[in-house]
Amino acid sequence: MAETAAAQKNAQITRTAHSQGEEPASARPLVELDHVEKWYGELHVLRDINLKVSKGEVVVVLGPSGSGKSTMCRTINRLERIDSGVILIDGHPLPQEGRELTRLRQKVGMVFQSYNLFAHRTILDNVTLAPRKVLHRPKAEAEKEARELLSRVGVEAQAAKYPAQLSGGQQQRVAIARALAMHPDVLLFDEPTSALDPEMVGEVLNVMTDLAREGMTMICVTHEMGFARQVADRIVFMADGQILETGTPEQFFEHPQTDRAKDFLSKILNH
Amino acid sequence: MDFVGLLTHYDVVGAFWVNIQLTLWSALFSTILGVILVLMRISPVGSLRGFATGFVRFFQNMPLTILMVFLLLGAFVQLRLQFSSDFTTNFYWLAITGLSLYTSTYVCESLRSGINTVPIGQAEAARSLGFGFFQSAFLIILPQALRGAIAPLGNTLIALMKNTTVAAAAAVASETSSLMNTMIEANADQILTIFLIFAIGWVILIIPVGLLTTYLSNHLAVRR
Ligand SMILES: Nc1ncnc2c1ncn2[C@@H]1O[C@H](COP(=O)(O)OP(=O)(O)OP(=O)(O)O)[C@@H](O)[C@H]1O
Ligand SMILES: [Mg+2]
Repeated sequence: MAETAAAQKNAQITRTAHSQGEEPASARPLVELDHVEKWYGELHVLRDINLKVSKGEVVVVLGPSGSGKSTMCRTINRLERIDSGVILIDGHPLPQEGRELTRLRQKVGMVFQSYNLFAHRTILDNVTLAPRKVLHRPKAEAEKEARELLSRVGVEAQAAKYPAQLSGGQQQRVAIARALAMHPDVLLFDEPTSALDPEMVGEVLNVMTDLAREGMTMICVTHEMGFARQVADRIVFMADGQILETGTPEQFFEHPQTDRAKDFLSKILNH
Repeated sequence: MDFVGLLTHYDVVGAFWVNIQLTLWSALFSTILGVILVLMRISPVGSLRGFATGFVRFFQNMPLTILMVFLLLGAFVQLRLQFSSDFTTNFYWLAITGLSLYTSTYVCESLRSGINTVPIGQAEAARSLGFGFFQSAFLIILPQALRGAIAPLGNTLIALMKNTTVAAAAAVASETSSLMNTMIEANADQILTIFLIFAIGWVILIIPVGLLTTYLSNHLAVRR
């Protein structure tokens, strides 16, 4: 899918910023998946997934449809259970249920393909609700920060409207602001631009690129190859529930190792 | 006795007021119970879901008259369950108990149909932001479910209003259907007039509820 010129430019700036940036402060990975397995009945949807994501790292997950990208993403904040293995967030194992899970989930923000803004609440409420009700922050303070976040993603003028009154691109940017309002340690993106009209893809990718540049730790499932190439620190390639390759964008796009990856790239890049 | 005579001699308005009171109390309790039941039905705990499902099946499939007779003869006479030593008060609250148990299952099912109109992504977004079960339910899911459930809830309310006349089976003597019987017994020649008084009274009472429901469900619908 075509990317806007602005996104390309931003992505280039990001790249420079990354190459000049220092090494992650802590050696401990922020997110760690260790021998994770998951079945949907007979279907072995995640097979021995091992992945470490450091603070400030941008990981882009690529792979054909049905390869388990969404499922992996969703296990990281336990929207899906795993059958064996461990998932650690900042060194703490993700619990099965209860308060501890709720607390760890706050550290892992998620942006969905279908935005999932709360349809019965205004844009401002969408962003303030979780800080107020989960973090118990005073309303005025939460609203002040929400307005800052909304202006950061360029939708401050829409604060009083309802989600259905916004374009898809605007809704997705609000969804990003809503996730940021919880000050997550890591943001998960599951195909954040796939539901958008082509002319709105760029505005969302721009926001994501800015976040990456500011040092946000991100795990992005996407089919936007321009973004993957220019913003990712690392590409993770999945097929049939397995991680087949992981490497820098350059390594992956220029020198794919497996036949599945070569096949995937030829289909993506030649259509 | 003529039309005016009937209306002045008998407390028709008072009888309707009894039905309205029965409706309001039962609506209150069945809403509370219905919300608890629907929360149990969507809870992650299997035993709670099972209990709520069983409860709904049981009370929804029992004719209200049977339930009322049971409460009156079984619960009160046999088991000595009573709210008050005063007979009238006691029967009044037994009637509300029966109506609430019965209606709560319809409130639960109406809300559940409303919950089915809320996309699963709303709950996932809530969970990913760190909302717990009750916060997700009361802040995100139920407010949207309610807007999607106004039509069935309105129908449930209308059914409840009419069902308060079944409270006669639990011997709330002052309500409309009991009064109508009394009036017909004493004024057999006026049976048509008496019937019309009550029929029209009920229609006047219920039509606005229907109109309000339609209005609300159009105006509160969640835009997606
Ligand atoms: N709830 C579910 N129950 C059963 N099978 C499921 C469920 N969700 C996903 N699957 C299956 O698991 C596999 C992996 O799905 P997943 O959504 O993770 O793939 P994906 O890589 O995200 O694909 P896409 O690019 O199409 O989004 C698919 O075969 C899918 O059909
Ligand atoms: Mg997917």
